[in-house]
Amino acid sequence: MAMTYSEKVRDHFANPRNVGTLEDADGVGEVGNAVCGDIMKMYLKIDDGIITDAKFNTFGCGAAIATSSMATEMIKGKPIEEAEQLTNQAVVEALDGLPPVKIHCSVLAEEAIKAALDDYRSRKRDEIVHD
Amino acid sequence: MGMGKYVYMDQAATTKISERALGAMMPCFTEAFGNPSSLHEAGRDAEAVVEQARARIAACFHAEPSEIYFTSGGSEADNWAIRQGAALGAKKGKKHLISSAFEHHAVLHTLEALKKEGFEVTLLPVHENGLVRPEELKAAIREDTALVTVMYVNNEVGTIQPVEELGRICRESGVLFHTDAVQAAGHLLIDVKEQNIDMLSISAHKFHGPKGVGALYVRKGVALGNLIFGGGQERGKRAGTENVPAIAGMATALEESLENREEKNARTRAMQRKLLEAVRKIPCTRLNGDEERRVAGNLNFCFEGIEGESLLLYLDLDGICASSGSACTSGSLEPSHVLLALGLPAEIAHGSLRLSFDETNSEADADLVLEKLPEVVARLRSMSPVWKEKEDREEREREKPF
Repeated sequence: MAMTYSEKVRDHFANPRNVGTLEDADGVGEVGNAVCGDIMKMYLKIDDGIITDAKFNTFGCGAAIATSSMATEMIKGKPIEEAEQLTNQAVVEALDGLPPVKIHCSVLAEEAIKAALDDYRSRKRDEIVHD
Repeated sequence: MGMGKYVYMDQAATTKISERALGAMMPCFTEAFGNPSSLHEAGRDAEAVVEQARARIAACFHAEPSEIYFTSGGSEADNWAIRQGAALGAKKGKKHLISSAFEHHAVLHTLEALKKEGFEVTLLPVHENGLVRPEELKAAIREDTALVTVMYVNNEVGTIQPVEELGRICRESGVLFHTDAVQAAGHLLIDVKEQNIDMLSISAHKFHGPKGVGALYVRKGVALGNLIFGGGQERGKRAGTENVPAIAGMATALEESLENREEKNARTRAMQRKLLEAVRKIPCTRLNGDEERRVAGNLNFCFEGIEGESLLLYLDLDGICASSGSACTSGSLEPSHVLLALGLPAEIAHGSLRLSFDETNSEADADLVLEKLPEVVARLRSMSPVWKEKEDREEREREKPF
């Protein structure tokens, strides 16, 4: 039962886009846990409501790395409202599909973005309170 | 690279058929193609092939030809042996089975099925070194124990169980002893008489024979029940026309693998040493399973901070075939039950790598692994939040004033 990945998954896995961290990120989100075998950490730079940069660090399988890579590509340059609408199905479709057992990895990418945006918003609220 | 386009370091998954084994098979398709049950010459030719193969295989284990039953492989042999062992016990009211925590699924899932049929199962611990302790087997045996089944060599970590001692304890207690020797046959010297083995499973494709064929040794005197009803093949216990070419290929492959065994073993052992010493230099790496009591062709590592499937995929991109006990390679969410049985935490067990090799691997194969593996581990760690956290934590600790 060899697992076959699409060419796009293989490409995003072999040459992942946006790997790394952002020291001055406006929002950081981490989801998953090591016991289950995947952790995704998403870093977002946000200017005027637009995601100007996105980076990720992922501990996980090939599908987890490929979905992280694709998801960051899909939200870069987008307004946060739009990024928030990104679903795991959209990421899977952009990758030309994933084996059924790997779908949960794409959920993680969606959740990581949401977590990073939540972090961004709570930082914003803190700023307002401190002002 | 033995196989041309890639380096094959997954010999415990399966092996390439040897030329001699393939050569033994070919005439069975074209010349000795008869049905061994037929009375005519074509049938007699095929029957002769099967019976000679049976005798040759028996000789490799110091068994009698009548004690060898051909099967479709190791899983079938395991299923048959365990179900029969359990059934024989149940006839005498014995419904307790003993095994180890890190058996192959062919054994564990059969035991699970038997549990649902009312059997009680004790799984012996295998400890950090991946070895069953004979005294723990002794303590686990009860009045109503029907069967003990413990694998000879573990498929993931390669540890060699103290089979002879386990067999002796079972014999002294009057309990049937089966061993799944799929990873041992063709690699280690096995003597079913001296080692007190009542039943033993083998699979041809693990020692350069064909796939889809295996055998079950059953000691004379053990009343083995039928597996498949039908014709009189395999002493009437497993009906169906024999897979003559595969049986011939298995016998030849087994004999060949035991020829110059020590010399081949020494070569493989040297490759194991070389790989082990070099891979160990990668920081935060551990060897899984006992360092000494393991087969020459197995190494199993865990690399902290990375996940096994991505490790395999990157190695595959570099032309290296290996395997892992990570959840993602098994299609489940749980990491390898073998590594968990060794007491590894799940997050570490996800990052395992099994390299399995033999005399068909070249020095160049080992060199490529040693060139690529450290790079791949470093690359995956550079994108791992788990690894980054560990590094940050260590840095903070270094900076902490006294």
